[in-house]
Order: sequence, then C-alpha cells, then structure tokens
Amino acid sequence: MRRGHLIAALAAGGFCLLALAPFAWLVLTSFKTQLEVTAIPPTPWPGGSLEFYRSALSRYGLMHFVLNSLIVAGGTTACTLCLGVGAAYALARLRMPGRPWLMGALLLVSMFPQISLAGPIWRMLQAAGWLNPYQGLIIPYVTLTLPLAVWILTSYFSELPRELEEAAMLDGCGRLGALVRVILPLAGPGVFTAAILVFIYAWNEFFFALLIMTRRAVQTLPVGIALFQGQFTMPWGEIAAASTVATAPLVALVFIFQRRIVSGLSAGAVKG
Amino acid sequence: MSGLVIENLHKSFGPEKVLDGVSLSVEQGQLAVLLGPSGCGKSTILRLVAGLEEPDAGRMLLGGQDLAGLAPKQRDVAMVFQSYALYPHLDVFGNLAFPLRMRREPKAEIKRKVSEAARLLGIEKLLGKKPGQLSGGQRQRVAIGRAIVRSPRLFLFDEPLSNLDAQLRGEMRLELAALHRKLGATIVYVTHDQTEALTLGQMIVVLHQGKVRQVGGPREIYQRPANRFVAGFLGFPPMNFFAGAVEEGRFVCPAPAFSLPVEGVAPGPAVLGLRPEELTPGEGPLRGRLELVERVGGQSVLHLRAGEARFTATAPADFHAAAGAELSLDPAQARPHVFRGDQRIN
Repeated sequence: MRRGHLIAALAAGGFCLLALAPFAWLVLTSFKTQLEVTAIPPTPWPGGSLEFYRSALSRYGLMHFVLNSLIVAGGTTACTLCLGVGAAYALARLRMPGRPWLMGALLLVSMFPQISLAGPIWRMLQAAGWLNPYQGLIIPYVTLTLPLAVWILTSYFSELPRELEEAAMLDGCGRLGALVRVILPLAGPGVFTAAILVFIYAWNEFFFALLIMTRRAVQTLPVGIALFQGQFTMPWGEIAAASTVATAPLVALVFIFQRRIVSGLSAGAVKG
Repeated sequence: MSGLVIENLHKSFGPEKVLDGVSLSVEQGQLAVLLGPSGCGKSTILRLVAGLEEPDAGRMLLGGQDLAGLAPKQRDVAMVFQSYALYPHLDVFGNLAFPLRMRREPKAEIKRKVSEAARLLGIEKLLGKKPGQLSGGQRQRVAIGRAIVRSPRLFLFDEPLSNLDAQLRGEMRLELAALHRKLGATIVYVTHDQTEALTLGQMIVVLHQGKVRQVGGPREIYQRPANRFVAGFLGFPPMNFFAGAVEEGRFVCPAPAFSLPVEGVAPGPAVLGLRPEELTPGEGPLRGRLELVERVGGQSVLHLRAGEARFTATAPADFHAAAGAELSLDPAQARPHVFRGDQRIN
C-alpha cells in the first residue's frame, strides 16, 4: 500500500470510529442489565440481556411511537416526493422565466432557523386545529424537506436526455405519461436518494415534533424516547434499547437501497 | 393530397431566426432529404413537424390534415433520433412494444408486430437485451424498429447515422434505402452529409440559414446548382469559383487569365464555377503552380495557385508531379456554372 493510501485509510478509519463510538456504546448498553449499566467502573461488554427491550416495549409502549413515526415519516416522504417530482420536472424541463430565482428562493426557505419558524407554524396549526393530528406534523415537515428534494430531483432530471421524453411523447405518451413511464424509472436513484433523506429527516426530527405533538398518543419516536420517565431515575437502559430500535430501520433502509442509489441506471440511454 | 406539405414556416429561438419562411412538400411514399450545414434549421423542421416545438407562423399539413394544435402523440408520426433515445430501462422487446402498448393494442398483436419488425431489421436475437448491451449499429436498428413497428403516417429521421463509424454508416445507408423501398413509407430525412443525401434522397431540399436554397433530385442538385451556396456546398473537393465577366458569349477571367465559351448568358460581371473533378491536368489555357497533392484513395486532389487565386483540380491516384511544377488545365472539359450575384444564370 502506498503511503497516501495508508494515511487516507487511517483517516477514514478514525473518522468512522469517532462517528460510530457513541452509537456503539448505545447499542452495547441496550443489551446490558440494570446492574451492568450502573456498575462502577463501567463494564464495556454486555451480558446479552434483552430485559431493556422487553421493558421498553411493554412498560413504555415503544411500538406505539414506532407506529406514529412510521405514519409521520411515511406520510412526509410520500407528500414531499409527489410534490417534489412535479416541481423538479417543471424546473428541469419547461422553459420558464426566472428559473434560477425560483431555485434560489427554494434554498432560501431551508435557510431559516427552525426556531424562527416555530412560532408562526404553531399559530397557524392552532388556528386550523391541527395541533396533534398527524397532518399537523406532516405539513411542516413537507415544507421543510421539499427544497432539498426538489434540488436533488431537479439535478437528476436535468441529466436525463431530453430526447427520451420526446421519443416517449411521439410514441403516444402525454407529458405526464412520459414522466411516469420513462423519466421516473430512470431517475430511480435520485428518487430513492431524495426519499431516504426526507424519511430520515422526518424520522429523526425532534423540535417540531415536541412542539406540535403534545398528546402522548401521537408522539413520534424521538419525542417519545426523550420523555421516557422513571419514578426515581432516568431509564438509560430503556432509552438505549428504544434508540437502537429507532435507528435500525434507517440503517437497514440505507443498506438495502445503497445499490440502487449508486447504480447508474441510465447507462446506454443514448450513445455511450 | 396526402404526404407532407409545409407552408411558409417561421421559427425563432429568442433573437435567433432559425426558420425563415420554409415551404416544401413531400409526396406520399417519397423519401425527402433535408440537407444543409449545421445550424441551418433542418432539425428544427423535424421538431416542428413532430410537434415538439411550436412554429411562430406557417402551416403544416399531413395527409391533408392541419397539424396545428395537435399534440405529438396525436400526429401519428415516428422519429428516429440522432442519439437513438432508446428507453434504457426496457429491453429491446419493451422498446419496440412501447408505442404499441401506449395505444393499448392487444398482446398477441404487439408480439406479432414486434417480431415482424425485428425480423425485418435482423434483430430477433437481441429482443431480450437492454440497450446498454448493444453496439451502436444494433441500437440504431432498434431505434428504427421502434419507429416502423406502428406503421406511422410519416417517418422523421434526424441524422440517424451520424454516430456510426464510416463503414457501418455505408451499410446502414444502403439498408435504409432498401427499407424505404420495402415499406413505401413517407420519410423526411435530415443530414449534413452530402453522400447520404445523394444516395438516399429522391428529393433533396438544401437549406441554409433557415431558407430553402434549392429543391431537386440528386442529379439536378449536383449538376445544376441553383445558386452559389448549393454549388459550393455539394461536391468534394468543393467547386472552384472564378470572378470575371461575360463578354460576347465567352466568360473571361482576368486572374488566372483564361476564357471559355458559355451559352445563353447576358454580358456583364459574373462568377464561373468549375467542379475540380472535371478539371484534370492536360493542355489548356488555365495555368497554375502546384502547391500540394492530397491523396484521397482513388484520386489525387491537386491544390493549385495562380497569382493570388487558388483552385483545386483532380488527377488519377498515381499522378506524379513535384510541388512548384507548372500545370496547365483545360477548363473547357468542365461543365461551366455561371452565377451573377448569388443566382445561376446559365
């Protein structure tokens, strides 16, 4: 191995260690017993007990929060993609004045600090009576994730050759048909990338969820976990177990779709 | 009247005038070639006919039907793109079947039509492959297959051979001519390649700067170019032009000094065009010093100079002469093309 490679490998390894260490500690903790958690000095390796998982599921109603999170994150992803695909296609393909300004304005939306949005959003939702129903959380999430999705999708759509849709339109599709039958399948990697990023955002978001969802029954995972309460102590073990459960689907999702994200589906479309 | 009729078509992109009053008509079953240098507007004509762009003014009739306001899919027109534009996520069968599926034809019918088109183009064995696994020539065939499979009223070919290597291009050219005879389809074919135009076209439309410069058969366009642009654009090496004047039935050129008889031309200043392939070294009044011999396979192209004027002539492949040699040529061997201003006058 050349020296440059060695340095790069060491740097990458160090970075991974740094990034993953807290998460690793969390996962290890989740498999400990109450005794191991509070032991001094701390024990690094757990005994492999599933006690915390059991109690997180039964006593704290973990699956309930998982369900809420699935509804909110899934709903957000679906809405954002539907709107984002349409907007991105228009931005990528239609000749319209002020396109760069529109793209810039989109970016601007995502630049506001959340705290500056919190007040107005809360008031609007309150007026609509949407504090606590799922759409009350989904709609702010959609507005916050839409700019990112539109940017990703626009750049993907712009790279696909125009002739493909033109061919589809001559072959009997309308614009919408060409988009659905030709462009979307080819933009698959871009759509997946956007979907995963949006899903992760909605799955992990804490601030708005805490603000908007005040009833325990509709709270999402991050808020639900954060509000785990013991009678006398913080239930660290249950929090670790719940956090592991909350993270696992995301990791699985990324691993499953990694190939699709990376693979260049559009190879061979035109002369190449 | 069936076939395609285009009347006074105008199109600008921003300040750039791309089509400036183009009119032409293509008869049913005819293969018309739109020929011109890049940027002359030929591809724009196809896109307007296909409905991918809207004209600023003018009319297009296909089989007597006005195309204005019809969406691309309503026009029953098929196009073969320069880049092929195959659907990369579908296999060859899927690509060929796509237009038929869009029309909701029955499955058995789709299968029959696709295998018929595949047989016609010799791509039966490729039906299960994705476009990415095909060579350039094979993709080209698939693209043509996708166009012919639904028997449209009109085919549009947009420089379909320009991405192929020279040998394959020659083969496909002949195959396309044969295919046209077999299908008897109406085709508008765009190219900048004059060989392609001359071998394929029953009718050639020469375009330049958004205007039709000449319409005619391949022989007519080559042998009687209507203006200096067409004269200079067709033929390789390009036609020689000599500035001079017509006096008493003769064209007189001051430099290089020579004259030759021309018929039926009024006296006055004129430009004489002579094709290099009709000028060969021999005995004659046109003299020039040899600057360079360019060997192009079957013949040699001679680059000559007489004072300030440069011109080209041709000689057999085994022609031998040192650079700087004085050669004389007989311009009377060549068919004279006489122009005044831009227009042909003889």
